[in-house]
Amino acid sequence: MLDKLKKKIDEIFAQSPSPEAVKKAIAEGQVWKSIFRHGYPDTPRNRVMAVLSNVFLHLHPVKARHSGVKMSYTWCMGGLSFFLFLNLTVTGILLMFYYRPTAEYAYYDIVALREHVPLGIMREIHRWGAHAMVIAVWLHMFRVFMTGSYKPPREFNWVIGVILLVITLLLSFTGYLLPWDQLAMWAITVGTNMARATPFMGYEGPGASMIQIGGVHLVNGGSDIHFALLGGHFVSEATLIRFYVLHCVVVPIVAATLMAIHFWRVRKDGGISGPL
Amino acid sequence: MHYILDAIDFVLQPWSYFLFSVIAFWAMIKYREKWTEPAFAVKLLWGAIGAIVFSMVYSVHFREIASLPDNVPIFLMVFSVGFFTWLSFRQGVLNDRRIAQGQPPIEKETSDKKVYVWPDLVYIEFIATVVAGVVLLIWSLCLHAPLEQAATPAWTPNPSKAPWYFLGLQEMLVYYDPWLAGVVFPTLIIVGLMAIPYIDKNPKGAGYYTFNERKLAIIPFLFGFFILWVTLIFLGTFMRGPGWNFFGPYENWDLHKVVVLNNVNLSEYIWVRILGIGLPSNFLLREIWGFLAVGFYLIGLPPLLTKKIPLLQELLEKMGVVRYGILIFLFLSMAALPIKMVLRWLINLKYIVAIPEIFFNI
Ligand code: HEM
Repeated sequence: MLDKLKKKIDEIFAQSPSPEAVKKAIAEGQVWKSIFRHGYPDTPRNRVMAVLSNVFLHLHPVKARHSGVKMSYTWCMGGLSFFLFLNLTVTGILLMFYYRPTAEYAYYDIVALREHVPLGIMREIHRWGAHAMVIAVWLHMFRVFMTGSYKPPREFNWVIGVILLVITLLLSFTGYLLPWDQLAMWAITVGTNMARATPFMGYEGPGASMIQIGGVHLVNGGSDIHFALLGGHFVSEATLIRFYVLHCVVVPIVAATLMAIHFWRVRKDGGISGPL
Repeated sequence: MHYILDAIDFVLQPWSYFLFSVIAFWAMIKYREKWTEPAFAVKLLWGAIGAIVFSMVYSVHFREIASLPDNVPIFLMVFSVGFFTWLSFRQGVLNDRRIAQGQPPIEKETSDKKVYVWPDLVYIEFIATVVAGVVLLIWSLCLHAPLEQAATPAWTPNPSKAPWYFLGLQEMLVYYDPWLAGVVFPTLIIVGLMAIPYIDKNPKGAGYYTFNERKLAIIPFLFGFFILWVTLIFLGTFMRGPGWNFFGPYENWDLHKVVVLNNVNLSEYIWVRILGIGLPSNFLLREIWGFLAVGFYLIGLPPLLTKKIPLLQELLEKMGVVRYGILIFLFLSMAALPIKMVLRWLINLKYIVAIPEIFFNI
């Protein structure tokens, strides 16, 4: 009985195609070929095709300077900044499913996220990812500086980079308020208090009292840049919704746009820098 | 043990902390050949780890602050900045040796060769992604994101701190008013960073690590990054307690610590203490000395320095007046922070120009 079964199994195996044959059948089938318009990328032609025919990979050039792709040169920090940004986008969207930006719900939604959502660590991934991104962007800037990669023709891409750095910090800052706990509220209070002192635009800033028409001060506590930022005199519910929209919509769109320009410029400026 | 901790707390003051970091910075530049040796660097690493373990074990206070979830990334920051500083200096030192012998930098050996992005780059990116993803996942599994009590305007925590990456800016508030520390200086940092490629016209050192060929660019940049940014973050996190008072790293935060504030404005120094006249009532007249000082610093000092220092003269000739003017202005703005710090420590100077009537204090 057992012997018979064994023989049968052997027979089935003998008849069935080898793994190679299966691979071949898939790779040459219509479905596969409609997605990947090239064979396995182990020949020069197919390697070129692999990069050119894939919308994501074609952020890259087909070939790159050997010195430029080394880890010891770029530290992969620009790439990691981008990876973390993608990560934050995905976990951020997941968080948006659970979070309502109102003073009534915000805090308790975060509590619920921790207490009731299975595998609820996307808040952790999002928060630590954000911290890591700040560090990665600093380090990326550091390596670009230390390799002199801002020198012509890459000056402008450095400028874009500086804006990206500011944007990264703004993303972290606006996000910091959203848990709506004491930590959040007071860190943002400390940070936004500065705006009151903006020259000419904050009512406690130098020059603001000069901006008046017929003795009426135009820049006052209810009309200055601090008020515009917070939507009130203090960090309040109006601030929460402002920061939420900035954090989830406005700043990420600006960031993504600038990153597209940044990557495009890396290529237009002749790829990753190297000695002449 | 607590004698050691107390001694460290006693020695560390804002001024000595700053002094030590400047000395460390100088030593880092000066002895780069030595500490970039891997064997030596490993010793430094053990030293740093040892110092932290020591602090964690013997100081409850330090342990408490260090293990606040939002402070944990500071260690990642400090160690990664340390490691990458080593990596860039190491490669720079090796290249400088090659260049001194008339050889091209090491990057040159492979820079003319082109490799296929698939697989040579894609696999590096893939591995980096996986490693970063796993690290992030483990970190997230092990450390909960902080969540304190629900926000309430009724109770202000003391100290109120910004997120750690802004603590360098918050620290500036000790020395300058918010319009400068919170608005003007950050703007100048951003503008200054953007201006770097247009100011640094040195054609050498593009596309490889080097120190010798770019000293004049690297030293100021790293001074800003390390001394005026990273170390201030560390100070703001570990040594600023209630009332933003300074505490040693192992000193308990005493809510009732009273620091005598006897800071004095420049106008009072001159009109009252030196001239013995008393403060004039017109504030423009009252602050005349401050205006003169600031005016001299920004307008008089640049030509003077340029005349006296041959190196600057050379720069002026190379760069042209406009670029050079911007460079000097940015330098002086950057130097304004340490200068005010030192003045505060030495003569308790509060404001150089003090016109609180219109919120114009420098
Ligand atoms: C969100 C932030 C950023 C992202 C995602 C990003 C991404 C990247 C990537 C993927 C590269 C390719 C080479 C590499 O990985 O090193 C790159 C290159 C570059 N980045 Fe960024 N970057 C960011 C911020 C910055 C900042 C803050 C600066 C400078 C202030 C900067 C300046 C540059 C320059 C000049 C290059 C060309 C380097 C070369 O050719 O060697 N970037 N960036």
